[in-house]
Amino acid sequence: MRPGLFDELLELTLDHIWLCSLAMLFAVLIAVPLGILISRRVSLQAPVLAFANVLQTIPSLALFGFLIPIPVIGGIGRRTAIVALILFALLPILRNTVVGIQSVDAAVRESALAMGLSPWQLLTMVELPLSVRSILTGIRIATVTTIGTATIAAAIGGGGLGVFIFRGVASVDTTLILAGAVPAALLALAADWGLGWIEQKLSPFSS
Amino acid sequence: MTVEYRDVCYRIGDRMILDHLNLRVEEGETLVLLGRSGSGKTTALKMANSLISSTSGTVLVDGKPTTGWDPVRLRRSIGYVIQDVGLFPHYTVQRNVGLVPELEGWPADRIAARTEELLDKVGLDPGLYGPRYPRQLSGGQRQRVGVARALAADPSLLLFDEPFGALDPVTRVELQRQFLELRRTFGKTSLFVTHDVHEALKLGSRIALLSEGRLVQDLPPAEFLKSSHPEARAFLECLN
Ligand SMILES: Nc1ncnc2c1ncn2[C@@H]1O[C@H](COP(=O)(O)OP(=O)(O)OP(=O)(O)O)[C@@H](O)[C@H]1O
Ligand SMILES: [Mg+2]
Repeated sequence: MRPGLFDELLELTLDHIWLCSLAMLFAVLIAVPLGILISRRVSLQAPVLAFANVLQTIPSLALFGFLIPIPVIGGIGRRTAIVALILFALLPILRNTVVGIQSVDAAVRESALAMGLSPWQLLTMVELPLSVRSILTGIRIATVTTIGTATIAAAIGGGGLGVFIFRGVASVDTTLILAGAVPAALLALAADWGLGWIEQKLSPFSS
Repeated sequence: MTVEYRDVCYRIGDRMILDHLNLRVEEGETLVLLGRSGSGKTTALKMANSLISSTSGTVLVDGKPTTGWDPVRLRRSIGYVIQDVGLFPHYTVQRNVGLVPELEGWPADRIAARTEELLDKVGLDPGLYGPRYPRQLSGGQRQRVGVARALAADPSLLLFDEPFGALDPVTRVELQRQFLELRRTFGKTSLFVTHDVHEALKLGSRIALLSEGRLVQDLPPAEFLKSSHPEARAFLECLN
């Protein structure tokens, strides 16, 4: 092993995790409430989902590029990378929140109202517990994608394991490319497994 | 509590679901809404607890238009057995039954005692069925839990939408008997929907017959039996 490679690997891996965690945290904080909102306002649903859809179809490198000239959120560096990752993560969480809430049985919703639950109680006691699984699936899908996409963040100075990959590509160094790609893949697998486990645990009743 | 429908219409598109309904349910009375499938029974019932708003006309509960009530207060004082039961799938049977007492902030031991009492009353062993989830019950058992849930917080008005529909004839008769007993002891005002004329005659202090959204008869059971209205006759012919 090349000297210093291991230390740098550790550092970039932690950096990668930090980058993805921060992006996912904001994505969840935006997408879940927004999903709840548009599950109630059907007229907003189509435009919001379409917008999130468009965001996701933009090639990731291009989106990173588009953001650079934008003031405040743009520029070269970490902030831009996180913003782009958040935008990419929105759609699966948004969609699964809406699907989860809308799949609550109409009779259950109606009886909840008939028992005198307030709209807030309907949300927290019935709709969210019954859609927690669907929402978590959305978060898991988004996380796995984000871990992969985050390797491209290095292109605009976002850091993370992509640093190895880009350096490896530039110097035609396969070892270096693998040193970036393999840990990223392992992180994605670990996230998939870990979040899948939480999904099972948190589902309102195991089926 | 009293319920009064004043010239109530409900229209979907250009279809009249309820057509100028005028009906008054007095304190302590059991009014049975009888009618064929699609005649508007459920629609009329859901107006009493404001799940549906009328297109025109007024529904008054305790003399006050439902639009003037805080919907949460109104619904907490009304027990409702919904036709499709609608138990919370993520709550156990006992928590489902204790839902309204829980919302009303009863202490835990009082909720537990009340839940046990009610499950017993609807013929479900509280120790055996209390900890189960709704999906672990049969359709008829779920329906009984629905009845228990509606009664839990001692509401002053009861709305029953075919509560005994999915029960075997023996349990059905047993629950009808309990219903009559409940009425005798507590004298609660009830609106009871059914399309079973037997049940209507047995439970109702008055029978209101709906046909295509219109009220065509409104009589005590003894007089209903003698009615000459064709729709009433059609139902009475089912008796033999
Ligand atoms: N949301 C709706 N959209 C369109 N039509 C509706 C809606 N709800 C009810 N209806 C129609 O209104 C009529 C009355 O329905 P309602 O549920 O009150 O009947 P019901 O007397 O309770 O029948 P059942 O005995 O089968 O339960 C029916 O013809 C039904 O198709
Ligand atoms: Mg009905």
